[in-house]
Amino acid sequence: MTNDAGTPPRELSFLSQLATATSRRRFLQWAGVTVGVTMLGCDDDGPTGLGDAVDLGSGDTGVLNYAYALEQLEAEFYTRAVATPFTGMNAAELAILTDIRDHEIVHREFLRTALGMAAIGTLSFDFATVNFTSRASVLGTAKVFEDLGVSAYNGAGQLLTDGGLLLIAGKIVSVEARHASAIRDLLNPNSADFAGNDVVTVATGLDGALPPATVLGSASAFVTTEIDFDSLPTS
Amino acid sequence: MTIDTHSQPLLDTLDPELLSRTLDRRSAVGNIGSTVAAVAMASVPLALGVFAKRAFAQGTLPQAIRDVLNFALTLEYLEAAFYTQGLAAGGLIPAGDRTVFTQIKQHEDAHVALLRSVLGTNAVASPTFDFTAGGTFANVFTSYPTFLTLAQGFEDTGVRAYKGQAGALISDNATLTVALQIHSVEARHASKVRRMRGQKGWVTGAATDAAALTAIYAGEEVTTQAGVNTSAFVSANAASEAFDEPLTMAAVLAIADPFIV
Repeated sequence: MTNDAGTPPRELSFLSQLATATSRRRFLQWAGVTVGVTMLGCDDDGPTGLGDAVDLGSGDTGVLNYAYALEQLEAEFYTRAVATPFTGMNAAELAILTDIRDHEIVHREFLRTALGMAAIGTLSFDFATVNFTSRASVLGTAKVFEDLGVSAYNGAGQLLTDGGLLLIAGKIVSVEARHASAIRDLLNPNSADFAGNDVVTVATGLDGALPPATVLGSASAFVTTEIDFDSLPTS
Repeated sequence: MTIDTHSQPLLDTLDPELLSRTLDRRSAVGNIGSTVAAVAMASVPLALGVFAKRAFAQGTLPQAIRDVLNFALTLEYLEAAFYTQGLAAGGLIPAGDRTVFTQIKQHEDAHVALLRSVLGTNAVASPTFDFTAGGTFANVFTSYPTFLTLAQGFEDTGVRAYKGQAGALISDNATLTVALQIHSVEARHASKVRRMRGQKGWVTGAATDAAALTAIYAGEEVTTQAGVNTSAFVSANAASEAFDEPLTMAAVLAIADPFIV
């Protein structure tokens, strides 16, 4: 399965992908794949350029590796976004994106260090769907990543058994939420979008919380390394 | 229609009508075919599931959990009252900023309602608040800078307060998740209010531009996490900003106390 730049726009049903991928309990990179036909027919255990698969592992270690995978994704994205600023990026935007890049690098390196020998390897990414010269594309992608990160950590808290690690996750998730707020405010200044009704349920005032299967299903659009989360705790 | 297995137990707790509506929303997501919309919409069922699950378990909460939720409720009462009074104060909030504070107020009101519904008859009543803190902030509802300063203080305190209680909820997955879902909303608020004051959306060290907020940022300068020196990775500032620190219940109550009559 390759990802050349000429792939057609994704027409995939998110739920169909999720159903397919969940039944397999692992996700494959699916950008540019036509739903169903290719996905089901693609037995990709062979060396088709996906790179080495990683297994997140089990227990609290697995949850930390899950977080580490997401932080790798975010750190890589912002590193590229800052290295090649979108057209017309102003100083305030550069400062925000640089700060966020630095925070994500700190998160990534912290998790790598804390995991030690249990850490998964470095993931491979594909940002072909992001136009790094476009403000709308970069900030729109940043919004997706930050909201996804918030929902991921919110959903992962209950998977942890160690109170100290839960606190660490709490220390990180609020920073991701601060990022999400700032990015959303850059996209639609001084509107309600910093904590918009699309992410915060109006009736309850609750932010998102998603299980790893859903989060990794979304993230897999940008991650070419196969991630096996089969052993993660489910409650 | 297939639901991923991880969220199934939570969806099980929903009543059929709510479940039906939830599934409809998921179908709509599939039709959109957009990752952005899918991510946003997919967060809805889990939140509802947790809410429903907790709602019918009310009355069975252990005392320790109730204490945490009543502590949270008290803070939400404070925030809700603060924004209600701020929005009602003529000439305080500039027209261009009212959307922001209306949104924040709606969330704080929703948090109050949610926590009260979870606690049922065990919910504490709202205290009476004095946002001048006995005259210390006499112009809180006539001076926009003062109002913004206190708003920042309350939001950042809220973030630290929920964080500090996460461990106490670790045995109750549904309540923990709800608390985390409130916690990140407070952080979204905090980031926005800070930026309206010309601050970064994130907290750098323990320093603050407002003397009134000093206690609220004590301890935020920490750069050692789980024994790891995080200042070595990028910088001490980045390390401080990358991790928000908790406050104990006692520290939070001490911060709130001057505003409670």
